[in-house]
Amino acid sequence: MTEQQIYDGITEILREVFDDDRLVATPELSARDVPEWDSFNQINVVVASELKFGVQFRSAEIEALNCVGDFAALIRSKLDAN
Amino acid sequence: MTTDNHPAHPAELYWLPPAADFDQTLARARDDGAAPAERLAALRELAGSRLDFMRTAKVERALRGLPGDATAALQPVRLALLAGHTVDHLVPAIRVAGLRRGLLVDCRVGPYGQWRQQILDPGSELYRSEPDVVLLAPSADELLPPLPLSAARSEAEEAVSRTVKELAGFWRILRERLRAAVMQQAPLPPTPLFGHHERLVPGAPGALAARLEGALADAAAEEGVHLLDLAAAAARIGSGAVSDPRLWHHAKQEISPVAGPWAGEQVGRILGALRGRSRKALVLDLDDTLWGGIIGEDGVDGIAIGQGSAEGEAFLAFQRHVRRLAERGVVLAVSSKNDPTIALGPFERHPDMLLRRSDFAAFEAGWGDKPAAVRRIAEELGLGLDALVFFDDNPAERALMRRTLPEVAVPEVPPAPERYVQCLADAGYFEAVSFTADDAQRAAQYSASAERRRAQAGATDLEGFLRDLAMVLEVRKVEPVSLARVTQLINKTNQFNLTTRRYGEAEVAAFAQDPSVLTFCGRLTDRLGDNGIVSVVIGRLVEEGGERVLDLDTWLMSCRVLGRRVEQAMLGTIAAAAARAGADALVGRYRPTPRNGLVRELYPSLGFAPAGEGEDGETLWRLPLAGAASEPAANDTLPPIEVRFHD
Repeated sequence: MTEQQIYDGITEILREVFDDDRLVATPELSARDVPEWDSFNQINVVVASELKFGVQFRSAEIEALNCVGDFAALIRSKLDAN
Repeated sequence: MTTDNHPAHPAELYWLPPAADFDQTLARARDDGAAPAERLAALRELAGSRLDFMRTAKVERALRGLPGDATAALQPVRLALLAGHTVDHLVPAIRVAGLRRGLLVDCRVGPYGQWRQQILDPGSELYRSEPDVVLLAPSADELLPPLPLSAARSEAEEAVSRTVKELAGFWRILRERLRAAVMQQAPLPPTPLFGHHERLVPGAPGALAARLEGALADAAAEEGVHLLDLAAAAARIGSGAVSDPRLWHHAKQEISPVAGPWAGEQVGRILGALRGRSRKALVLDLDDTLWGGIIGEDGVDGIAIGQGSAEGEAFLAFQRHVRRLAERGVVLAVSSKNDPTIALGPFERHPDMLLRRSDFAAFEAGWGDKPAAVRRIAEELGLGLDALVFFDDNPAERALMRRTLPEVAVPEVPPAPERYVQCLADAGYFEAVSFTADDAQRAAQYSASAERRRAQAGATDLEGFLRDLAMVLEVRKVEPVSLARVTQLINKTNQFNLTTRRYGEAEVAAFAQDPSVLTFCGRLTDRLGDNGIVSVVIGRLVEEGGERVLDLDTWLMSCRVLGRRVEQAMLGTIAAAAARAGADALVGRYRPTPRNGLVRELYPSLGFAPAGEGEDGETLWRLPLAGAASEPAANDTLPPIEVRFHD
């Protein structure tokens, strides 16, 4: 899976979860930029990503994320480990 | 050999069809320029399709965006969620499951983990929100008594009974202070310590949970509380599909978001049953649905049914399940594209057929299109289209039915007949909140009723037909023995229902004991059988401008007995009882709903005079009781019904 495919997948999830077709996953994007991105929707983003990419995260890994770039890197590392 | 498309996730609602074009349909629902009814129809179509948790959230968001004139056709229900685990993420799924049943569910989530305080404090948010239904959902941890593994059986019994008594105390407070229906969630199964030996160790978590669930069910039955049996439901899909331990530790979600649509559907089923939205009849195809093969080609000897082949046994198992559904009150009908005589062949001549022609209240075999046949079935049975489930192995017939009659529930029938039973059971169309003697006789009642309708259609002389029926109407006060059936009728009758006021069992019991309230329930029998309790009337004696009147709060009648002048016979009885109670007049009320247009003109047709208007388009009607306890003078002839009034 290419970097672009990971970002496209995250974009799709963000649009679904926040119901906003203007959202685009970029490395700098973070929860602060999306008004509805609270802890509740954070869980939805994570769970949806697990289903989409076929990976499993640990809570500690999720808590350490600061931006979409971190998240894409985490997904990358999980996919590489598979 | 066919293979099934296995669901993508075990919690998926696999019997619902996939959305044909989700984005486009959602756009129609959100289109401010579109007619409100079309927007609601688009959203209901989506609610009736297979949605993952993210799409469920989108549909719910669109529901919030619908204007009031679009949602007015939905029946409102206020639900309070009092939970010991996080349930906020389940609200969209509950609302979408409600929409699937024509309900507009207003969900209020109480503060996390404070259900005891909320119930005990009369000033709490719970009481201010005046819910119709309260869902009590403590976490499994809260409910399982902390006992050592070495606890004796008697200790386990005692601890469980203490827990259940505490809960029952809360149920009673809720019912007394709120008059709300109470739904109690059974705890999700805990992680076993012993495995197979678990249940043999009274203090083991699995044994305690099983004991608790049994005790909860007993107490719920006794107290009229509804059990949300998530333990049993989870057993069908696996507890790993319901819970994600990471989300429990991270956010105290006992149910993971992925299983949200599934959990919402479970809650929606009970809400639907409470509001009379459960399906009532099952319309079945024949070829490759009730037996394997095509009767018109394979002949009675060539079809697969009964012992001897795996496929024949699978169809037999399906027939057995269908017959057990009929035993619990589901009405059966057939819709088949076949020559009528040929279609009857297996019922009459195949020795292995379990279902018989007499098990079906309506039987439509012919070459016309199925939506028309299903319409006729609904008419013959006196049921709304939204009371029907259409089960057909043919995808084209299913697609046509969904497009033509969206009110009919049409499950995605699995390609393998071995899975038919599982599919129908998992789809949960016939959820009940009570099981009465009337339910057990329902099939016979509907068959007789359909026969009456056919006779009526053939008879040119209606009065003669009615006289031949030799009807007897027994009218009694609402008594403990009739309470469950009366409550059921109050909550599910939509068409012949003058005010459509819904009451729980506790409220109906309170009416029955109130000396200023007169309650009536009428049971109709005729030469073809017992129709059971078919009509309920609740009236309050009030003083009004120096007069005493009986104000009819509720008057409803089962549509099974429409057109038989039962309403006139009921009125005669009510008028006589009211006069005996010192009333000078009857006051009738008609509150219009989208479904009760049938009785808009009932009061004037019975001789009531207009007496003004109330709120929300309610009309008031008055019938003076000319001194004597006599029949009202409105009707030319007395109905041909023998009335026996047991005061």
